[in-house]
Amino acid sequence: MSILHTIETGLRSLFGHRLRSVLTTLGILFGVAAVIATVGIGQASSDSVTARITSLGTNLLTVSPGSTVSGGVSGGGASANSLTMRDVAGLADRQNAPDIAAVAPVSQGRVSLVSTSSNWSTTLSGSTPDWLIANARSMGSGTFITSADVSTSAQVIVLAATTASNLGAGVGDLITVKQIPFQVIGVLASTGSQGFGNQDDLAVVPLTTAQDELIGGVGSVQRILLSATSSANLGTAYAEANQILLQTHGITNPSQADFSITSQTQVLSTAQAVTQTLTILLASVAAISLLVGGIGVMNIMLVSVTERTSEIGLRKALGATPGDLFRQFVIEAGALTAVGGLLGVATGLAAGYIVPRTANIAVTITPAPVAIAVAVAVVVGLVFGVYPALRAARLAPIEALRAQ
Amino acid sequence: MSVGMTPEQEPLIRLESISKLYGSGDAQVAALRSFSLRVAHGELLAVMGPSGSGKSTLMNILGCLDTPTSGRYWFAGEDVSRLSETQLAHVRNRRIGFVFQQFQLLPKLSAWRNVELPLLYRNESDRRSLAIHALETVGLGNRIEHRPTQLSGGQQQRVAIARALVTDPDLILADEPTGNLDTAASQEVLSILRELNQQGRTIIVITHDPEVAPIAWRTVHVRDGELVQLKAA
Repeated sequence: MSILHTIETGLRSLFGHRLRSVLTTLGILFGVAAVIATVGIGQASSDSVTARITSLGTNLLTVSPGSTVSGGVSGGGASANSLTMRDVAGLADRQNAPDIAAVAPVSQGRVSLVSTSSNWSTTLSGSTPDWLIANARSMGSGTFITSADVSTSAQVIVLAATTASNLGAGVGDLITVKQIPFQVIGVLASTGSQGFGNQDDLAVVPLTTAQDELIGGVGSVQRILLSATSSANLGTAYAEANQILLQTHGITNPSQADFSITSQTQVLSTAQAVTQTLTILLASVAAISLLVGGIGVMNIMLVSVTERTSEIGLRKALGATPGDLFRQFVIEAGALTAVGGLLGVATGLAAGYIVPRTANIAVTITPAPVAIAVAVAVVVGLVFGVYPALRAARLAPIEALRAQ
Repeated sequence: MSVGMTPEQEPLIRLESISKLYGSGDAQVAALRSFSLRVAHGELLAVMGPSGSGKSTLMNILGCLDTPTSGRYWFAGEDVSRLSETQLAHVRNRRIGFVFQQFQLLPKLSAWRNVELPLLYRNESDRRSLAIHALETVGLGNRIEHRPTQLSGGQQQRVAIARALVTDPDLILADEPTGNLDTAASQEVLSILRELNQQGRTIIVITHDPEVAPIAWRTVHVRDGELVQLKAA
C-alpha cells in the first residue's frame, strides 16, 4: 500500500473516532504546553536573577563579617561584627591596594520613608561617596552624598528611581525617616530591575547619619563593598583585600579569617545553579505529564487495535501485509501526537503571552524547548504507537476475522 | 509431480498430503490429516462437512490465510506452503477473492469504497471505475454510494462478491456465503456465483447449505480432517 493511502486510511479512522482522538490529543497537548511554559518561566527567572546580579557590577567584591566556616564550625555568614572603619581605611590605602578602585562601607536597614504625599517602606543604606562607584550606578538627577556629608552626618538622602516616584518626591524635597527630616539631594538613574532585590527601590544616606540616627552600630559596618579597577584585576584586588584584612585583624592563619570576601561571579553562579535546578525540577514534572500523555496514546491505540480486530483480519485477507498494518497504526499514533504537539506549542506560546500579563510572572520562550517538546511528543507517540501497531501487524488473519 | 506437466494439465489447486496440527503434546489436535485435493481451472467446487470437521482449517489453508504443518500446496503451479506472511499477503491480494459468511464490510465506507479495498494494497490507480464495474457485475450499479447499513443482507453479500471480484482473481473462495441469508437472498447470491463460474471463474464454496450442491460441478465431504467421498455432480 502506498504511504499516501496508508496516511489516508489512518486519518480516516481517526476522524471516525473524533471524540476519542480529541481526548487523546489533549493529553499530549497539555504535556507539551506544560513543558514549554515551565521551561519558559524557569528561563525568565534565571535571566532576571542573572541580570540583577550583573547589574551590580562584575567588578564588585563584598566583604562580609564572620567566616563562612571557622574551624569546621560555621558561625553563619555575617554573624560577627568584625568589620570596622579601620578596615575601610586600610582597604582605601592605594599604596597597599592599587587594584581596588572604590571602598564603600555599608550599614543597611529597613525603614519607612514619609513624604508630604505618601509613605514607602524600603531598604536604607548608610554609605560613603564610593557607594556609587562600587555599585556601578549613576545619578539621574541631583548629586550623590559627599565626603563632607559623611563627616558632618548631614541629613541628606539619595533615592532610587522607583522609590522617588512612589514617594512623589524629587530633588530638593523634604522627607522624614523616623521623624527626622532629610533633604533629597539626588535621584539615581533607573537600572530597569524588578521584583525581589529591586535595585531601583532603595535609599542611601551618609554612613555616619545612618549609624548615629537611623540604624545604629556606630564603629562597625555590616559590609564593605569593593570595586576592582577593572574586572580583569578582580583576582588581584581580592588578594590585596584579603591580605589587608588579615593584617588589620591580626590573623596569621588565613583559614581562621573572621570575614569573607565574595565576588558577584560566585553569587551569580550559585544563583544560576539554583534557578537551573528549579527549572529542571519544573520541566521534569512537565515531562512526566508528557509521558503520561504518551501512555494515553498507547492505551487508545491498544483499544483501537482490539476494537478493530475484525477489520484488521479483513484487511489482511484482502492482501494487507504486516508492514502495511504496522505503518497504518504507527501513522495513527504519530498523527495524534503530532497534532497534540502542535496544539501544545500554540497553547504553550499563548500561556507565555497571557501569564506575564495576568499573573505577573515573567516567561521567556526560546526556540529550543519548543522544538524539543514537539520532538519528544512525536517520539513518544511513535514509541508508544509501535507496540499496538506490532500487535495489529502480528494478528493472525483467521483469528482476527473470527472476532466479531 | 509437476515435472513434465504443461500449464494446461496443472490444476489451479493441488493439495498434497496436507496436515494441520493445533496445540502441542497430549493436547495436540489434527484438524486436517494427510489431506489431498485438486481443483481444476474453471471448476465450481462445494466443500461440505459438519462443524468441527476441519473445513474451516481447509478454507484457511486454501485461502493462504494459514500454512500447513506438513504437506505441499501448489497454487497455479507455485508452491505456497512455505511462503512468508508478507508473500502470502501478496498471493491473497493478487490471486484470491474472499467472500465471508458475515460479509465483513467496513460499516463506515460506502459500497464502492469497500469494493476498492483490495486494490489499495496493490497500488492500483483506476480504483473507482474498477470498483463500480465490479458492482455493476453483481447488479449493484445503482448502489455505489450506499453504506452497508443501507443495504439488505443479500445486497451486502453482493458487495462482498464485487470486492472479491474486483482484483480479477484466479480463485474465489466463499466461506458459508449463504449462512446469514434468507432463502431468496441465498438464491440471489448462488445464482451470481453460478454466473461467475459460467464466465470461467474458479470458485470454491465451503458450506453446509445443501442448496449449494446443485450448482457445483463437484462436492467433496470433509469429516474428522479427512476427505470422505468424492461425488461427481
